[in-house]
Amino acid sequence: MSILVNAETRVIVQGLTGSAGTFHAGQCMDYGTAIVGGVTPGRGGSTWENPSSKGTAPVFDTVREAKEATGANTSLVFVPPPFAADAILEAVDAEIGLVVVITEGIPVMDMLRVRRVLDSQRTTRVIGPNCPGVITPGSGERSHGGQKLGIMPGHIHRKGNVGIVSKSGTLTYEAVHQVTRLGMGQTTAVGIGGDPINGTGFIEILDMFQEDPETEGIIIIGEIGGSAEEEAAAWMKQHFTKPAAGFIAGVTAPPGKRMGHAGAIISGGSGTAAAKIAAFEEAGVKVAPTPSDMGTTIQSLLK
Amino acid sequence: MNIHEYQAKELYRKYGIPTPKGIPAFTVTEAVDAAKKLIADTGNEVVVVKAQIHAGGRGKAGGVKVVKGVDAAKAAAEEILGQTLVTHQTGPEGKLVQRLYVEQGLPIEEEMYLALVIDREQKRVAVMASTEGGVDIEEVAEHSPEKIFKVWIDPAVGLQGYQMRQLAFGLGLSKKAMKGFGKLLAGLAELFVKEDCSIAEINPLVVTKDEEVIALDAKVNFDSNAHFRHAALWNELRDLTEEAQTEIEAKDAGLSYIQLDGNIGCLVNGAGLAMSTMDTIQHFGGSPANFLDVGGGASQEAVTKAFRIILSSDAVKGIFVNIFGGIMKCDIIANGVVAATKELGLEVPLVVRLEGTNVEAGKAILRDSGLNITPADTMAEGAKKIVELAKG
Repeated sequence: MSILVNAETRVIVQGLTGSAGTFHAGQCMDYGTAIVGGVTPGRGGSTWENPSSKGTAPVFDTVREAKEATGANTSLVFVPPPFAADAILEAVDAEIGLVVVITEGIPVMDMLRVRRVLDSQRTTRVIGPNCPGVITPGSGERSHGGQKLGIMPGHIHRKGNVGIVSKSGTLTYEAVHQVTRLGMGQTTAVGIGGDPINGTGFIEILDMFQEDPETEGIIIIGEIGGSAEEEAAAWMKQHFTKPAAGFIAGVTAPPGKRMGHAGAIISGGSGTAAAKIAAFEEAGVKVAPTPSDMGTTIQSLLK
Repeated sequence: MNIHEYQAKELYRKYGIPTPKGIPAFTVTEAVDAAKKLIADTGNEVVVVKAQIHAGGRGKAGGVKVVKGVDAAKAAAEEILGQTLVTHQTGPEGKLVQRLYVEQGLPIEEEMYLALVIDREQKRVAVMASTEGGVDIEEVAEHSPEKIFKVWIDPAVGLQGYQMRQLAFGLGLSKKAMKGFGKLLAGLAELFVKEDCSIAEINPLVVTKDEEVIALDAKVNFDSNAHFRHAALWNELRDLTEEAQTEIEAKDAGLSYIQLDGNIGCLVNGAGLAMSTMDTIQHFGGSPANFLDVGGGASQEAVTKAFRIILSSDAVKGIFVNIFGGIMKCDIIANGVVAATKELGLEVPLVVRLEGTNVEAGKAILRDSGLNITPADTMAEGAKKIVELAKG
């Protein structure tokens, strides 16, 4: 089993014909993901060609048309920041079940509005934005045959029993790679993104890992700012029963560089790496001393 | 992105938010003229001379002077302009004052606090008001949180009248002041959304003796992701002298760069990985010279520029390139590193750890370059090696 994406996942790519969309959709298709179509307003009726293999996909003007023609249940978004919120809302309106948003640099004000719409419905879940995406590794060579919805390098994965959830893209790759090198593997790896306002938080993903029978342990990766890690830790203490390893980036980050004066108040003094590490430890999450120890930490817990 | 108080107040006035009359000044002569004009216009001898820097805590550091008459205003301007102010937000090196703002003095009855911020947990814009104005609001939050009142704006319907009243009653405002407060807050909420702010703060917000509510100070931070919507205005408001030269170069190349005190230069992709690379260097006894995230979509030119910025720092005694390619391809990084070293030479040890998309191509480029590069398999191994090598 896995969470979020599986053999039933049929994907349309919003922004398929752009350069990032084309390259990464091609990589996803080669990995085994069912890329069944794309949406680029004004390019409907054309055919997209995968630059790295012989695959093709039909391009549509709207998400609704794409969904009706292909039976897609998932969308992968590469639309540039000025148009990204509109693209997400179009997918929500078309009742796409899962929308994975890779786009980096969406204004916070746009995400506040998107989030408001998401909170008023139950059909669509959004992962991201500003994230590497979601991957469920397959059992083929170099983990091919799975579902890769995003920009992560597929070949570092391996099918297995560790769930991974992270705010940081490249740190997710670190964790995945270490787990694979140690001879273990992943059920699903999810990047939730590090933006102030996102579609899905730690707790919702942890809840899915808790319910997934194949996930035997997890790695949770956070970073300074906000209080999502503290909230996740409080939730885990009550509801999460599987072994958990953790890591928090930014122990040595200088204070005040990004966070403004008034922003620190709302989180009531939390947001530092030290506070997050303490919250993790109190919740029974074993925190890796360096990011290179994430794999060995979960390995020691699963023995 | 930060702007100056006088620029923020100009923006406030566009949204009907009352501010004191004021005139920006770049020289002492301009400050004197401003004081003369304000005194003539208002009939009040009292003016305030305020340092314009991108940092709070100016008053305590001597950057704000309330004076009476033109001569006293001149003396204050002479003293503040060209001074380096050290406040709790500037760091120990302080900030050089190059601009002043001269304002009319006001008969103040009460000082309060008002701010709008993005609240990550509530996924809303939060409005915070407090009876404790003119002081460090973080201390109020810690010691007397009951004196801070909060409401959250629903993006679907905007700020509502009952929310404004809730805050006004909390602040204990008179009927007349409440009216003024409501108008001011409505303007600030509109400004916050339309101008894509991440913070809009008024500390202090004052009630005058005749019960007018006025923004005595003004702080605005913009959400830099929204630059594409406000490019013309924001480029005009940006004060380049407030930013470190290397940070400007980096920003213009689309890189996220922060200079630090150590001696190991870092080039990394991804904010989380960049932060934890710094953490790992420190873990093994070294000290990072910078935070540098080249991001996902950086071009080879941007990577070259990033490496050039690191190479040109005298403090750097070793460089650690730590890349886990996803959207970023390893060959682009490798080409950028080679291009920058061809141009500037490489006199310090360089440890490179490449992993992910196009890793074989990237490694081949570095191998064929003939550069003296120490390869590393993992982040920890790379950090350990560069800490050793940087010791010389």
